[in-house]
Amino acid sequence: MVVDGIGASVKRKEDLRFLSGRGNYVDDMNRPGQAYGHFLRSDVPHGKLNKVDISAALKKPGVIAIYTGDDFAAVGGVPCGWQIHSKDGSPMVEPRHPVLAAGKVRHVGDPIALVVAETKQQAKDAAEAIILDIESLPAVANLTAALAPNAALVHDEAKGNICFDWHIGDKAAVEAGFAKAHKIVRLDLTNNRLVPNAMEPRAAIGDYDVSSGEYTLYTTSQNPHVIRLLMGAFVLGIPEHKLRVVAPDVGGGFGSKIFHYAEEAALTWAAAKVKRPIKWTADRTEAFITDAHGRDHISVAELALDAEGHFLALKVDTQANMGAYLSTFAPSVPTYLSATLLAGVYKTAAIYAEVKAVFTNTVPVDAYRGAGRPEATFLLERIVDVAAREMNMDRVEIRKKNFIPKDAFPYQTPIALQYDSGDYLATFDGALKAADYAGFEARRKAAAAKGKLRGIGISTYVEACGIAPSAVAGALGARAGLYEVANIRVHPTGSVTVFTGAHSHGQGHETTFAQLVSEQLGVPHDMIDIVHGDTGKVPFGMGTYGSRSLSVGGSAMVKAMDKIIDKGKKIAAHLMEADVHDIEFKDGKFSVVGTDKAKSFGEIALTAYVPHNYPIEELEPGLEETAFYDPKNFTYPGGCHICEVEIDPDTGVTQVINFTAVDDVGRVINPMIVEGQVQGGVAQGIGQALLEHAIYDESGQLLSGSMMDYTMPRADNIPNIFVGTETTLCTHNPLGSKGVGEVGAIGSPPAVINAVVDALRDYGVRHVDMPATAAKIWSLIDANQPKMAAE
Amino acid sequence: MAQISLTVNGKTVSADVESRTLLVEMLRDKLHLTGTHVGCDTSQCGACVVQVNGMSVKACTMLAVQAEGAKVLTIEGLVNEDGSLHPMQEMFREHHALQCGYCTPGMVMSAIDLVNSHPEGLTEEQIRHGLEGNLCRCTGYHNIVKAIAAAWPIMHNKVPMAAE
Ligand code: FES
Ligand code: FES
Repeated sequence: MVVDGIGASVKRKEDLRFLSGRGNYVDDMNRPGQAYGHFLRSDVPHGKLNKVDISAALKKPGVIAIYTGDDFAAVGGVPCGWQIHSKDGSPMVEPRHPVLAAGKVRHVGDPIALVVAETKQQAKDAAEAIILDIESLPAVANLTAALAPNAALVHDEAKGNICFDWHIGDKAAVEAGFAKAHKIVRLDLTNNRLVPNAMEPRAAIGDYDVSSGEYTLYTTSQNPHVIRLLMGAFVLGIPEHKLRVVAPDVGGGFGSKIFHYAEEAALTWAAAKVKRPIKWTADRTEAFITDAHGRDHISVAELALDAEGHFLALKVDTQANMGAYLSTFAPSVPTYLSATLLAGVYKTAAIYAEVKAVFTNTVPVDAYRGAGRPEATFLLERIVDVAAREMNMDRVEIRKKNFIPKDAFPYQTPIALQYDSGDYLATFDGALKAADYAGFEARRKAAAAKGKLRGIGISTYVEACGIAPSAVAGALGARAGLYEVANIRVHPTGSVTVFTGAHSHGQGHETTFAQLVSEQLGVPHDMIDIVHGDTGKVPFGMGTYGSRSLSVGGSAMVKAMDKIIDKGKKIAAHLMEADVHDIEFKDGKFSVVGTDKAKSFGEIALTAYVPHNYPIEELEPGLEETAFYDPKNFTYPGGCHICEVEIDPDTGVTQVINFTAVDDVGRVINPMIVEGQVQGGVAQGIGQALLEHAIYDESGQLLSGSMMDYTMPRADNIPNIFVGTETTLCTHNPLGSKGVGEVGAIGSPPAVINAVVDALRDYGVRHVDMPATAAKIWSLIDANQPKMAAE
Repeated sequence: MAQISLTVNGKTVSADVESRTLLVEMLRDKLHLTGTHVGCDTSQCGACVVQVNGMSVKACTMLAVQAEGAKVLTIEGLVNEDGSLHPMQEMFREHHALQCGYCTPGMVMSAIDLVNSHPEGLTEEQIRHGLEGNLCRCTGYHNIVKAIAAAWPIMHNKVPMAAE
């Protein structure tokens, strides 16, 4: 019997080292002979870089070397991993992204020089002696400014600051839908710009072994193999066998540690020049102005409805901020990860979406937890609430009326995706019940008696995870495969090491994957180790993002374990002199069906490595298998989130009182970890909805550039979060799992804002853009005197 | 450079530090106690919390030289000789109060101070308020709050610690 297999809330293996201070994060590592790197960065948002004078700085104590943009002229630029084509078929404008600024600086934080010194402080001190001649240019600090006629150009080759102008969907069908509409509801919305702020700031150590000519980069990454590919092949020209990338314990990522950053290339390159390891650790200020930001879309949405409230057609026009350079996956976020999700859970017959991607003098913008799907969900669930109100319909009814019914799967949306499974009514009803939606009006009254405005908001969503299959992703512009790899090494005594291309930076893979292996091979947990995050150990992999670790990475493990079991059966058949078709593998035993003859998993492993009595003619010794799993389709988690808020009309402060999430994430391996993932995502969604905002002033300075200015959610901003699941299985991967990492951040923001707008219903407020800060709410209350008397 | 000596996790240690060296830098870089983390540069996140003379302190907000002669306890020092954990560490594990583990050492140190300073009991609201100085980006705090509530009776000897 397998204990602690699939479905058990096994306590996490990794916790012991984290709880006792023995985690091994990049900044905890030190290499022999290590020097320190410090990046001098632009404090000018946009400017001509006339001269970088390092002569005085070179003479400062402890300085080993100083490098500037000129030194990197011969290497490649930081590449982009996704290419979008505009409506007219032309490829996106893809300006060179130099490792260190060359000719121009384009955002505050753009790196200008790398100072290498004996100590961190010496590197910093020397950087202050570098004399910069920067001629300030007019900057475009936001979408509106960048798209204005005659706006300053971030890159000369990007006319009008447009990176691409893309569209998807059937425009004619949408126009026909609008022509026969009973009502057209329009909503203008902004998806606020966010700073990911994983608690561990980025860090890296570049290392070079003179004798072997081998480079090693230790870095805070979610996907070390992707970094090796991008940096090795596109920037530095180092072949894979001479480049090892290690991402040890990583303190949260949320997308921001997917991307290949300039610092990684600069440090790796410089380590070979100075022939010493070079370590760099970002401070938080640096993180604010260099980690890729998230969201920052402006959209106009129009929904056409018939007289009964059926959604006939949806039209969306979005402007997406790319920042100053294209980060690794930036172009995919507003397009294939967002616009394609605009059907949501609804049967909307026709959809057409346009996206203009725009360069600005700000930090690059890329995937942040949910990446595109929160933007689509926010738009959709807001416009559905507005439509319900303007059609005088109930918010619950209008949703139910338009849900894709559970017998319609597989369901082809009008906007490219085919959903494999789901039951939106089940998660919806589950959430309404868990949140006691029916009893809400009494709670509203009770709150009113205390002088508080109470509101409730619902949001439903479907999202797409485990981007796939590779061929489809390639046709859509991905410049890499999107499979995952697992290598399962069974040792002679039957213990197992699993090498996975997925990467854990909080997700608990060492536990979840061990449960999977334990279930499948019948090996106890203490005999299983999960290895990840080192290209020198793991054969290959694409890493962890898009909630893909279990659905894609776990499926690769299942495939590799199937091969192990197949081989084990052949060995067992030989040992027990039975036909291989009569061998059954269950609970860690190979047995001959219908007899009591059996061999344990350990015995078979030992035979494989000590092949004295072995079918050596047909079978190689050893028991180790590798599998690449390329998904057949995306997976489609879905669900319903319900939020209840109370607003203090005197101060405008919104407090989230209750939050309920009922999600369908497919098969759950560890319910404890799944709940934790949802709760963490919901907290980030509440942060986006109420608190967080990366604000640039018109000149291009980041105003909310520290944790004193950028409001991170704290314990007293977040309520207890109820998490439930209603499961339908993914139909096209062997586990039936769909993914859970992002659902919390996708479903929650519109639930919060719908609740805020509901709380303000007597003030005639139609929409509130995020974040719904106290100042914003107070002003709305102040400006719209209550129509309370009507009640 | 100044030489300072202090007690860290029960052992007397000394280190050469610059006058601008922060306590957290000394712990991490000189004493190689890397369990204490740095998450910000504005004293906002609490990843660096340690105990100095029994009080929780943000080690990024104190100079190393100010710790001369002090008794410092870090996350590493909470673990018993036999490898067993402090009840707060146990409850964090039991209630899945950590994900990436980066905020965890500071969170645990703050939580211990919070429980110790409330022998009369702790409400959920007090716990949430008491965590004001600690940021966690992963957990949404739900399970951290649960873990601290569960550690209170154990630390105040109200119930025996649940056998694992
Ligand atoms: S590092 Fe000390 S409070 Fe953030
Ligand atoms: S567990 Fe990752 S920041 Fe708290």
